[in-house]
Amino acid sequence: MSPRPAAVLDRFVSIYIPVVITLVLLLFPFYWMAITSIKPNAELFDVKGNPFIVLQPTLDHYKYLFERTLFSNWILNTTFVACLSTAISLALSVPAGYALARFRFPGGTLLGWAIFVTYLVPQTLLFLPLAQVVNWLGLANTLWSLVLTYPTFLVPFGSWLLIGYFRSIPKDLEESALVDGATRLQALIKIALPLAIPGILSVGIFSFTLSWNEFIYALVFISDPTNKTVPVGVTSELIRGDVFFWGSLMAGALLGSVPVALIYSFFVEYFVAGLTAGAVKG
Amino acid sequence: MAKKGVLAETSAVAVPKRLPRTFSPGIILEREQVLGYLLMLPALALLTVFVLYPFLYGIWLALTDSRIGIPGQFVGLRNFLDLTQDSIFQQTFRNTFLYTGVTTVFKLIFGLAIAALLNNKFPLKRFVRAAVLLPWIVPTVLSALAWLWMFDSTFSVVNWVLARFGIKGPVWLGNNPWPMISLMVVNIWRGTPFYAISFLAGMQTINQELYEAAAIDGASRWQMFRHITLPLLKPVITIVLLLSVILTFSDFQLIYVLTRGGPANSTHLFATLAYQVGLPSGEIGRGAAISLFIFPALCITVFLTLWYMRRQELD
Repeated sequence: MSPRPAAVLDRFVSIYIPVVITLVLLLFPFYWMAITSIKPNAELFDVKGNPFIVLQPTLDHYKYLFERTLFSNWILNTTFVACLSTAISLALSVPAGYALARFRFPGGTLLGWAIFVTYLVPQTLLFLPLAQVVNWLGLANTLWSLVLTYPTFLVPFGSWLLIGYFRSIPKDLEESALVDGATRLQALIKIALPLAIPGILSVGIFSFTLSWNEFIYALVFISDPTNKTVPVGVTSELIRGDVFFWGSLMAGALLGSVPVALIYSFFVEYFVAGLTAGAVKG
Repeated sequence: MAKKGVLAETSAVAVPKRLPRTFSPGIILEREQVLGYLLMLPALALLTVFVLYPFLYGIWLALTDSRIGIPGQFVGLRNFLDLTQDSIFQQTFRNTFLYTGVTTVFKLIFGLAIAALLNNKFPLKRFVRAAVLLPWIVPTVLSALAWLWMFDSTFSVVNWVLARFGIKGPVWLGNNPWPMISLMVVNIWRGTPFYAISFLAGMQTINQELYEAAAIDGASRWQMFRHITLPLLKPVITIVLLLSVILTFSDFQLIYVLTRGGPANSTHLFATLAYQVGLPSGEIGRGAAISLFIFPALCITVFLTLWYMRRQELD
């Protein structure tokens, strides 16, 4: 039985058209990045033509990006920093989350709250004193300054998410392992950890994305162009005074967005789970 | 508790098995208190060195006249008193509250609308849901660069479209109030997906039978949204608002890329002014004092949000 024409029209007006409008508004800047990055300069700065189409697509801006700028360095730097700080964050937040979820010890609840409060502290509150600390430790201008400071906002987030995750796993399995003579550490590593993999994956993906996107610490701690990350390199090195290289700027912005967009599209379910873990369960 | 009873029984049976280990040196790790602290230790050490210490040191800096490379003298509250007299700071103060307030209202409304829309069944729904979150997951400064280009004074594509409708668009990042409006537009664009997807996840946990029962009673779609969806979504809304207000209040990236606080320091928020005063100008003590303004405001926002939501629950 086919639906009545009135019902079809109703769905168009109340669902399809609003969905299309939403998508256009939210995705247009990405289309704009993409089309700008392949337009020759003559078309970019032509006020008469239709700006939405490109007549003679070119890869010159991408060539410029890789041959005349340090863009490939920045990609490598960002990958290095994001992978390492994600690994450190997982290594610290998995045990912390497990301890807070499973063990009762004096001050445990207080520490749990302290971690939640740290999760809410924005980077912009701390960057000035932290820059001094980084200096004293001799880390200024090195990627290590980022590898060591990114976990400060990743670990609270990760621990908080994993406390919730570990609590959602029934205790019984670990308890029967303990009864069978396993140590508590073995129960954590062999029983709880494998069950928590989806939660750990959420934390990992989130941590990688947050590290990849981080801006203010990378801007403040690193001034040597070869050591910059993608967000800082593209915004600071491709804009010289008042001269904007729009083509290669947009090419850099697009390529810098692709890795997180790819990871996100593969793991969208974990991502949404991580995003809403606090919100829905809390 | 029944669960505890079963547990006590099984461990009683297993006592002989566990006895020999009592004497091994590893037994200390079997104590919840010891292992608990040990597992927490690495995380706590990191947070002490890179969060707690900088926070306390930041308070000290704010009480000194330090400049970059020059350790300063203790000056008490002079930085704070000077700031209250400073017209750029007063503007920044107003900007921060206005920016946070206006964008939060819009993000909340758009977020609820998009979530309600995506909660329908339609083709390619999973793709649409994934695409909606994109503005929120890509690096903010990079998408802000696209907006900078879209707001260009000569080649603005936004104005090109407006011109087709016979409207002469403003110089977006040029004269007040347009630069602040532009910042708000981009913040709303970037933040709404987070609201929408979180709300959508919350809506999907609502029992469909509630809507069916309401439909039988003749409730309209708006009534269902107002009396079923909204009340049940309140916990999610609370958390999302809390996180978003704090992030918006302390925003840096959008302003840094789009206006750098200009024209004439009229669009600074606390974070960008703290950066400008603390680093390029080198007055790190004064800069630290400015970023500390984020802290009490943060506490008040958290407190007010929680208080408001509690009151709503009691009504």
